[in-house]
Amino acid sequence: MKPFDYARPGDVAEAVRVATLPGAVFLGGGTNLVDHLKLGVARPDLVVDVRTLTSREVTDTEDGGLRAGAAVTNSELAADRRVRERYPVLAQALLAGATGQLRNTATTGGNPLQRTRCVYFQDVTTPCNKREPGTGCSAIGGTTRNHAVLGASQACIATHPSDMAVALAALDACVQVLGPTGERTVPFTELHRLPGDDPSRDTVLEQGELITAMGLPPLPAARTSAYRKVRDRASYAFALVSVAAVLDVRDGVVQDVRIALGGVAHKPWRATRAEQALRGGPATPDAFAAAAAEELADARPQPGIDGGNGFKVPLVTRTLVATLRDLTAAQEG
Amino acid sequence: MTELLEPRAMGQGLVRRDGVAKVRGTATYAFETPAERPAHCALVQATVARGRVTAIDTAAAEALDGVLAVVTVFTAERLASVEDAELAALQTAEVAFRGQVVGLVLAETSETAREAADLVEVTYDEQPHDSELRADRDDLYTPEKVNPGFETDTAEGDVAAAMATAHATVDHTYSTATYHNNPLEPHATTALWDPAGDGFLTLWDSTQGVHPSRATVCQVLGLPQDHVQVVAPHVGGGFGSKGTPHVNVVLAAMAARVLPGRAVKLALTRQQMFSLAGYRTPTIQHVQVAADAEGRLSAIAIDVVEQTSKVKEFAEQTGVPTRMMYASPNRRTTHRLAALDLPVNSWMRAPGECPGMFGPEVALDELAHDLGIDPVELRIRNEPEVDPETGKPWSSRHLVECLREGAERFGWTGRDPRPGVRREGGWLVGTGVASSVYPTMRMADSTALIRFEAGRYAVEIGAADIGTGTWTTLPQIAADALDVPVDDVEVRIGDTRYPIASVAGGSSGLNTWGSAVVEAARAFRGEYGTDPADGDEMETGVDQAAQDEDHAAYAFGAQFVEARVDADTGEIRVPRHLGVFAAGRIVNPRTARSQFVGAMTMGLSMALHENSLLDPRSGHVVNHDLAEYHISVNADVGDLQAHWLDEHDPWVNAMGTKGIGEIGITGAAAAVANAVWHATGVRVRDLPITLDALLPSLP
Repeated sequence: MKPFDYARPGDVAEAVRVATLPGAVFLGGGTNLVDHLKLGVARPDLVVDVRTLTSREVTDTEDGGLRAGAAVTNSELAADRRVRERYPVLAQALLAGATGQLRNTATTGGNPLQRTRCVYFQDVTTPCNKREPGTGCSAIGGTTRNHAVLGASQACIATHPSDMAVALAALDACVQVLGPTGERTVPFTELHRLPGDDPSRDTVLEQGELITAMGLPPLPAARTSAYRKVRDRASYAFALVSVAAVLDVRDGVVQDVRIALGGVAHKPWRATRAEQALRGGPATPDAFAAAAAEELADARPQPGIDGGNGFKVPLVTRTLVATLRDLTAAQEG
Repeated sequence: MTELLEPRAMGQGLVRRDGVAKVRGTATYAFETPAERPAHCALVQATVARGRVTAIDTAAAEALDGVLAVVTVFTAERLASVEDAELAALQTAEVAFRGQVVGLVLAETSETAREAADLVEVTYDEQPHDSELRADRDDLYTPEKVNPGFETDTAEGDVAAAMATAHATVDHTYSTATYHNNPLEPHATTALWDPAGDGFLTLWDSTQGVHPSRATVCQVLGLPQDHVQVVAPHVGGGFGSKGTPHVNVVLAAMAARVLPGRAVKLALTRQQMFSLAGYRTPTIQHVQVAADAEGRLSAIAIDVVEQTSKVKEFAEQTGVPTRMMYASPNRRTTHRLAALDLPVNSWMRAPGECPGMFGPEVALDELAHDLGIDPVELRIRNEPEVDPETGKPWSSRHLVECLREGAERFGWTGRDPRPGVRREGGWLVGTGVASSVYPTMRMADSTALIRFEAGRYAVEIGAADIGTGTWTTLPQIAADALDVPVDDVEVRIGDTRYPIASVAGGSSGLNTWGSAVVEAARAFRGEYGTDPADGDEMETGVDQAAQDEDHAAYAFGAQFVEARVDADTGEIRVPRHLGVFAAGRIVNPRTARSQFVGAMTMGLSMALHENSLLDPRSGHVVNHDLAEYHISVNADVGDLQAHWLDEHDPWVNAMGTKGIGEIGITGAAAAVANAVWHATGVRVRDLPITLDALLPSLP
């Protein structure tokens, strides 16, 4: 563990100002960063504690949506009645994540910014392009069962571990960001990056940019939404695959659908191809399977010494079909 | 035959005497030992799997504020004995496995020590390494013995001939994964050398046995026994990995010798526990079973391939339970090892029986299905009259009763034997059964001292409580042996200043220590009667002459599992898991239940989750933390029940106890595998069973 300076600024403006220097990181709930500090994966010069600087309130917005301050904990957000009624997919995703203790600490702003997950990234004795650009990807040809099948590159095949982020991607949430040059809003689906040839960056945020709040747009269809997380262990495990889905079906026809996949890519994977295939079509298992096939057309499973992750392709299909089937049944009886 | 102690305190579900201290956090564990201004030790580990350290640059580490000393393979003291290569810390520049310790740092704080350890620059001459276990390797060898001293191979009759002529046969290969013990408390030591220079060392260590640990440390450091004190009042689990001292204990002692008079603390990190504290070898089990139409076995054989470290041989006795479990005229067991450039594997809860009760117990399930015989009934039909291996009568064997009572309690009767046909909502449902077994052991060396002081009886013995309940159960035995209320007994354990005690291992702890206590109590009463004077004391060891050699002594059990498989995703859940055990006298039902259900859960964990992933390119386990090495959590455990028969065995020891720490893990994974097959029709023969294997066959 490398020593670092610790700052506790008085407000977000000061926080952003002091974090502009390279080597500065924000500390939210710390559930990921503190692990990485201990492991030597994160080696900041300055840790800027923002836990008490942003809002810890969930408020209604004028357009009928919700706005959650960055300091709202995962537990609080999951328990919010408005979230549970209007965006059940988000409440379910939050509760599927981590453990009660971690959810009590992890924050709305911090959760989406946890780093992608890979055993080699977390082991500083192994090469990793994300940790040390240019050293190579140890996961390729190694253990890959938890790794990406969509959007990966030769530089990195890690997956993003957040459950919450998958729901936010499906809900078209927007991210309020304060940076050195002022405020901006980033569509949630554009917050995370694919690895390409620079996997060192997980998001589009620039040095010093701080998430201050998460906006949930009004989406009446989201009242019929669900998060399905598939994992070996019944709790305290990252998703092998997960599906966040919003479905509006009338008379057997898909009026609207939003789908995001977790556990398959470097970012929460918005399944736009599948959505397109489904919209206006029949809400049948065959149509759901066809939509999944459409989305997975470019899937590239990884072989691995642990058996690889080829199973994720049929697993995504089965999980997506089941989730949409159940949401259809919930509406059409 | 021994005269069995009349149970009065024994059999009572007394609460743990150390419970309040543990809940309040006042029970001190090794690392927490109060010490003035302790120094902290951090380790430098090899990042190559094989080779030689050519240079170590310690300048940057030494320049760091707060660093007290840096010791490397080039500067370390020479140890008195390097006979045990695992413990020959910092004695050679040769690297035998990735993660081997090549240096250590002492600093004022643990943070500084770890930072400095990161700054130590090690240069290697790296050599190709070999870390892949495969059954088709051409360099497998036959060890002289398997742990702890069993014949490597046994054969009776002609298995091949029986297989060729049998009505039904099963012939498959099964495998178990690599497992790491992962006690919650890491391997940790506080070490202090007497500053006077007279060479007296105190080790507060997380160990399963203070005396065995002291004996080893004395040998390695070349010290007389009375120069070393080992203290371990509370231990946060060991599961065998603290049964013998690992290199961390030697390193702590070496580090502290650099700073005499100053306590040095060394705790392994969770990641380091994956390379320095032992583990269970993966096993590849070729199992053959032959039977007639009624299910009577004509042959049973297991040929095991497993691994050992090149540093030190450990041959897990995986084939041993097949030698005695069922009646069959033709039997064969063999063990072959691959010696690899990997860390030293060692004891893990039920070495031998745990992996060895997987393949054969699944094979029996396959045989039962092939023959159309209920798997409970199949096992009953193959109950041996006497130990098939030695011909000795059983001291007691109630496997059949366990199977019957378990079937009754579980609701097994009327089970539809067909696989893959039950569906409840979105779940495919199945049930499975397997047998459990563990040998009843008693160690040679244990001595107890009983002293009458201030109206109470103090019992002193260097026994260990690794979470098993010794603080509570030993007083129960002592009270019955002295014929006094349990409140009149105070037991003192976990310190070498008390009389010698054996390791808490092989489920032998209470059998051995309790025997010593009973001997001491009888001798005490014989000497002083029932009205002793203050200060009267008696010290007596286990009576070796009373050790029964004429019977085969084992605990038995049966485990029943309901598995549910999600028809959409293949996710496996186990809502019901029930075990019935015949394990002799149960001294304390409260602490006993904890051991049974703990071991059964560990078996569930082995079936579905635990899997140390070795990357053969680097030669190390890459999922080396508890986020990635999955152990079953609360949500995985449903209705988990442990029951036991009221078994009286006059042959094993004066208490009639058989030991219960390990039997619960044996057979558990097979019961889960058999239930998953019954739920889905998919026979998974390789652990862990995960949804990948089931997906292609789901509806």
